[in-house]
Amino acid sequence: MPIPSPFHPRTSVLCTSYLWKEWAGYHAVRSYETSHEREYLAFRHGAGLLDVSPLCKYEVKGPDAGRFLAYVTVKDVTKLGLGRVTYLCWCDPRGHVLDDGTITRWDDDHYRMTSADPSYAWLHRNARGFEVEITDVTEELAALALQGPNSRAVLAAVFGSELESLRFFRGVRAQAGRIPVEITRTGYTGDLGYEIWIPAQHALAVWDALVEAGAAYGLLPAGLDALDVTRVEAGFILGGIDYTSARKAVIPSQRSTPQEIGLGWAVGLERDPFIGQAALCREAREGARYAMVGLDIDWDELEHLYDAADLPPDLSPQAWRSSIPVYHGVVQVGYASSGAWSPTLKKNLAIATVEAAHAPIGTELAIEWTVDHARKTVKATVVPRPFFDPPRKRANVVHEAATSA
Amino acid sequence: MSTMSRGWDAIVVGGGHNGLVCAAYLAKAGRRVLVLERRHVLGGAAVTEELVPGFHFSVCSYVVSLLRPWIIRDLDLPRHGLEIIPLEAAFSPLPDGRSLCRWSDPERTRREIAAFSKRDSEVYPEFGKKMGQLARFVKPIIDTPAPRPTSLSPLALLDMVKLGRRFQDLDRDLQGTLVKLMTMSAADMLDEWFESDVLKAPMSVSGIIGTFLGVRSPGTAYVLLHHYMGEIDGAFRSWGFAKGGTGAISEAIADAARRFGAEIRTEASVASVLIRHGEARGVVMADGEEIRAKHVVSGLDPHRTFLKLVGSDHLDESFLATIKRFKMRGSSGKVNLAVDRLPYFASRPGDATCLRGDIAIAPSVDYLERAYDDAKYGDFSRRPFINVVIPSIVDPTLAPPGKHIISCFVQYAPYAIKEGAEHWPERREAFGDAVVDTLAEYCPGLKESILYRQVLTPWDLEQEFGLTEGNIFHGELSLEQLAFQRPAAGWAHYKTPIERLWMCGSGTHPGGGIMGAPGALAARAMLKKGGS
Ligand SMILES: Cc1cc2nc3c(=O)[nH]c(=O)nc-3n(C[C@H](O)[C@H](O)[C@H](O)COP(=O)(O)OP(=O)(O)OC[C@H]3O[C@@H](n4cnc5c(N)ncnc54)[C@H](O)[C@@H]3O)c2cc1C
Repeated sequence: MPIPSPFHPRTSVLCTSYLWKEWAGYHAVRSYETSHEREYLAFRHGAGLLDVSPLCKYEVKGPDAGRFLAYVTVKDVTKLGLGRVTYLCWCDPRGHVLDDGTITRWDDDHYRMTSADPSYAWLHRNARGFEVEITDVTEELAALALQGPNSRAVLAAVFGSELESLRFFRGVRAQAGRIPVEITRTGYTGDLGYEIWIPAQHALAVWDALVEAGAAYGLLPAGLDALDVTRVEAGFILGGIDYTSARKAVIPSQRSTPQEIGLGWAVGLERDPFIGQAALCREAREGARYAMVGLDIDWDELEHLYDAADLPPDLSPQAWRSSIPVYHGVVQVGYASSGAWSPTLKKNLAIATVEAAHAPIGTELAIEWTVDHARKTVKATVVPRPFFDPPRKRANVVHEAATSA
Repeated sequence: MSTMSRGWDAIVVGGGHNGLVCAAYLAKAGRRVLVLERRHVLGGAAVTEELVPGFHFSVCSYVVSLLRPWIIRDLDLPRHGLEIIPLEAAFSPLPDGRSLCRWSDPERTRREIAAFSKRDSEVYPEFGKKMGQLARFVKPIIDTPAPRPTSLSPLALLDMVKLGRRFQDLDRDLQGTLVKLMTMSAADMLDEWFESDVLKAPMSVSGIIGTFLGVRSPGTAYVLLHHYMGEIDGAFRSWGFAKGGTGAISEAIADAARRFGAEIRTEASVASVLIRHGEARGVVMADGEEIRAKHVVSGLDPHRTFLKLVGSDHLDESFLATIKRFKMRGSSGKVNLAVDRLPYFASRPGDATCLRGDIAIAPSVDYLERAYDDAKYGDFSRRPFINVVIPSIVDPTLAPPGKHIISCFVQYAPYAIKEGAEHWPERREAFGDAVVDTLAEYCPGLKESILYRQVLTPWDLEQEFGLTEGNIFHGELSLEQLAFQRPAAGWAHYKTPIERLWMCGSGTHPGGGIMGAPGALAARAMLKKGGS
């Protein structure tokens, strides 16, 4: 049975819809109200506050911490600067992706890793010969994602205006009163946003401070349904949905390489040995068979399909997660694994795995679409991800004093 | 149009949102385009201005619904900053302290309506469903050029609908409703469905916005349908705020146009269209400068375009007569307030959530009809219908922290007051007082909280925004002025009697509102012409 997160005393009172789901063994709010719309809008126009405590979190410390993580993941994180965050994945010895997550370097010999699935055993098993200490801090460390165009202002109001200058994919230690927290400018919405890592016993105090300061900035507690739409707009993949972890794959075709899930850019091949290196080198030479692409599903065609059935286009406001065939002509060349109608872009979007030959931007494919219980196909064009990429996501704050001088 | 030689392929007169959309589409097709806007800001009636430091007003239009999603996609407007936030509630306070609030949550709305009429509460979704079905049926009208008629009676529009779509396939019920919509008044139509005045009054006003008609005037029912055509999300949904005010929509379109290579000038007032041998060759600016172009597109209203920029010398009598007959008749005004606190509505103390949408001061159908009576006799309504929004609640960037802006769209304020329209400036503040007094009856403490007030009469809309007779839609959106009659029979396809002079403003099909369709369809017509 799922357990409550450290924020449960607050979230459970606010969740008047009673819409919950299980996330990595925790109770997690899907949407606080019966519709997630306002929470979605908070992410895009104000600020959304999301409990991400269920993320698996590991402290990796010791003289070999960097070398160890560079060995178990696809990136040479010994090169990661202090206070920097990186997104990456890790593979099994055959180069198949096990999971993806972030690594933050807090000190020379102190890193923190997040993952979707529990990874302690796997880290531990591979630590032989390295002088490292791995601690699972999932339960001790509560976490909040504060995302949206106003998130910077809310953050500054609670933790001080120094926070404004925190740059994209950097982390910093901060304090709210006497409560020590860590803040990274990261998130899963593809917008300006932060994640706040809080000792669990102080979780509620930080929540309260953010909610109070956020009142003037349109802050709303937000759930996973709203997050799901933003993450599709951002074009982010989701383990277990858009790809299957090699750990869970039952047959070979279910496994994916980093290249195949669009994370080829994260792989550093030319370096000291790491898990999966030989296989990934081979793939780099021979080319990947599949590619992860963004699809823009043609709205006019879709509307015509509905029109022919005398129906208005009726798309769910929820993001969907199911496998839907993708065709080139009449031949199936892949499948979409998740998608959503983007209220911001007014586009119907999907994330799909297709044969590499059909992956170039601009390729016209077709996706299956069910209208009035009948299966049809609609044109879907391969477009770059992120679908939605506002400049504020990466923008740095230029202080007024500096510009007016 | 060709891109071969140098010089402008097209000059767009007026940087309203339609002119900008037209320019963006032309530029996207590779044409060299120049936009000339008289004011210092772009957007025309879709404009945001910082009237007092820190307070950003959507000076004229204040909510958006009909902006075509295909235009948003074609021009990639979200990338240029377009963000639309749906209205969350439709609140109707009553003078006796009761109130009705409709929400996006249908169950919540049902409970609210049931407090007045259990019957109505269950009929309400049925009505919505029917209107939605019909809206889909007539929607192609606003996304394609006007149909070519077989006759010029307003009911020919109905014929077109019948022909164009599978009217015969519609069930009897829907057929009947559609015919009624084309002929009845908004109030009569709603009487057939509902019993509660509290519900009918705010619903009926969408039939009269921008017209010089009352809720009991025949033909107003059709305009109700426009309300249900508003699309947020491609699915049929109602109205929204543009983040940064409605001017942000114009700015996003202008940005897109510039990215495609269009040049846009402000404080560039066009005095006339340069015409040689019945053909437009460019424009003459107010300062005498001549700018030549292969085509000229006017985003101004038909009166302004033909009676001012072209001039009667170049037009034949019958066309002139038709344009003069095209009804402008402004009937609305606007009061914009900056306040130092969130307004307090006596009927819902402490509940700010019902203010996150639009607020209708429309307590009964009789109230609305009485408001119209004042206007019929050449005066502004003593107790007007007011559509109030407080966009700073959902978009705090519009006002300093804790402070707010209140936008009041007011009807009726007839252009032709009995003293004569030019006497509006003397009556302006009295009009403003009538609005604030009316609102203050629902909102105690309002007057004390006002930091700044802007009153726009139809006269001001004409003088400042170039809207002839202050008509907010460049000509009334009444049945006989729609589709193939907009602005004149035979000239409903963006062409004019002057060769190479085109129209792209709200005075053309499919009409007014922040929709962009006239601008986009005009550009398409021009490109098609030039391509052949
Ligand atoms: C008070 C008010 C409230 C409204 N509320 C809403 C609403 O909430 N929602 C909605 O959808 N619609 C609303 N409308 C209607 C909507 O704003 C208009 O229909 C629409 O914005 C018109 O756009 P346009 O581009 O066709 O014309 P305009 O916006 O009128 O643009 C014409 C432009 O031409 C310029 N111009 C005029 N003369 C010259 C010249 N000689 N030389 C150069 N430039 C010139 C003008 O300055 C203006 O910028 C409202 C309108 C008003 C006035």
